[in-house]
Amino acid sequence: MTKEMIKLTDVKKNFGELQVLKGINLSVAEKEVVVIIGPSGSGKSTLLRCMNYLEEPSSGSIVIDGIPLNSEANINEIRKEVGMVFQRFNLFPHMTVLENLMLAPMKVRGIKKEEAEKTALTYLTKVGLADKASAYPEQLSGGQQQRVAIARALCMKPKALLFDEPTSALDPEMINEVLDVMKSLANEGMTMVVVTHEMGFAREVGDRVIFVDGGNILEEGTPEEIFSNAKEERTRSFLSKIL
Amino acid sequence: MEFNFSLMADSFPLLMAGAAITVEITALSVSFGLLIGCLIGIARLCNIKPLRYLANIYVDFIRGTPLLVQIFLVYFALPGLIGERVDPFFAAISACSINSGAYIAEIFRAGIQSIDKGQMEAGRSLGMSWAQTMRYIIMPQAFKRIIPPLGNEFIAMLKDSSLVSVIGFEELTRRGQLIIARTYASFEIWMAVAIIYLVMTFAVARFVGMLERRYDKK
Repeated sequence: MTKEMIKLTDVKKNFGELQVLKGINLSVAEKEVVVIIGPSGSGKSTLLRCMNYLEEPSSGSIVIDGIPLNSEANINEIRKEVGMVFQRFNLFPHMTVLENLMLAPMKVRGIKKEEAEKTALTYLTKVGLADKASAYPEQLSGGQQQRVAIARALCMKPKALLFDEPTSALDPEMINEVLDVMKSLANEGMTMVVVTHEMGFAREVGDRVIFVDGGNILEEGTPEEIFSNAKEERTRSFLSKIL
Repeated sequence: MEFNFSLMADSFPLLMAGAAITVEITALSVSFGLLIGCLIGIARLCNIKPLRYLANIYVDFIRGTPLLVQIFLVYFALPGLIGERVDPFFAAISACSINSGAYIAEIFRAGIQSIDKGQMEAGRSLGMSWAQTMRYIIMPQAFKRIIPPLGNEFIAMLKDSSLVSVIGFEELTRRGQLIIARTYASFEIWMAVAIIYLVMTFAVARFVGMLERRYDKK
């Protein structure tokens, strides 16, 4: 039996009166790639952001790699192990690409500068941007920035990566360079949870696809099951509109 | 009426010495104000409620009362409380620093809040603490944005420091008053005082503009 990396039990989230998550149960195994799809406002981003406590659930439990997220110390500990890639990249604009990659490993993990730099260059090479090490984020295209953001998350050597619509803010011609990096990560066995509208990616890379609507997981299954044989009428109508 | 240029020229060295003191109290007050403002500005944004309330009370009280009254409080009211006379220099610097601190706290708060909240999220998601994210990511970016309003605060303090003349502290305005008491040349001396203030504020404004442009290039 494979190890459980992320486990959510009856997770609810309220924003004031509005209940955005209505009791989510979800388990992600080590090395699994889970793709979360659903209409805007369905709660899929909130769900993802709960997994590293950027959004604090109103109730329910979250356990990452055996550690429950229930105290400030645990939360910081978990965030070291669970990287996140944002829709708007969120690179640090006052730092070079290399500094962006080196900051957290040095400050959080206490890694020496030389070693942090070596790691950073390794991952920059991996995302194909070794030549941009000394550039500033604003000098890069959107696709390049997102690849830097992925490399930045990788520099912490995380056990899992969360992607919050990583290609939604990109020009169409730049989407593939980011998806290619994500595919290669998946092939190397990274545990990934991806919120996306890229159905081609979901079909090709996802081990499991989860359809979220109205704060609930409406349906889940293999890409094949969801895309070709969705049981729920709501899933089918959603897919028919975007495929 | 005759305009007495030679009197203006004669008074010039005395007034300039006063101007130096004006610059001194302004620089000291804004420096202490920066320290206070930085801490209070961050306190107003932190999660610890009592700290936030205290910071809010401080800022509201200082911004809601005149600097002149604050100077009186420190110079005339405080001695009654501590049973000792307060040195005018100490009274001037502390009243101006506390005053400046409240305005600079607001400048810091606005500067920090103007940074996209994705920056804090990115820092936290990498495992950095709130304090680390503030120090390495938010503050360096906020600093750049608060240079112009800080320049304005410095200019405002340069002018407002004239209020400490009322407790007999001999800065530029007080020097002017003293010279007039002796010579009765109100017009000449107040004109000279005004021109000296103008030159100083203008110079600071130019300097801030220069800083701003240099930062923009980076």
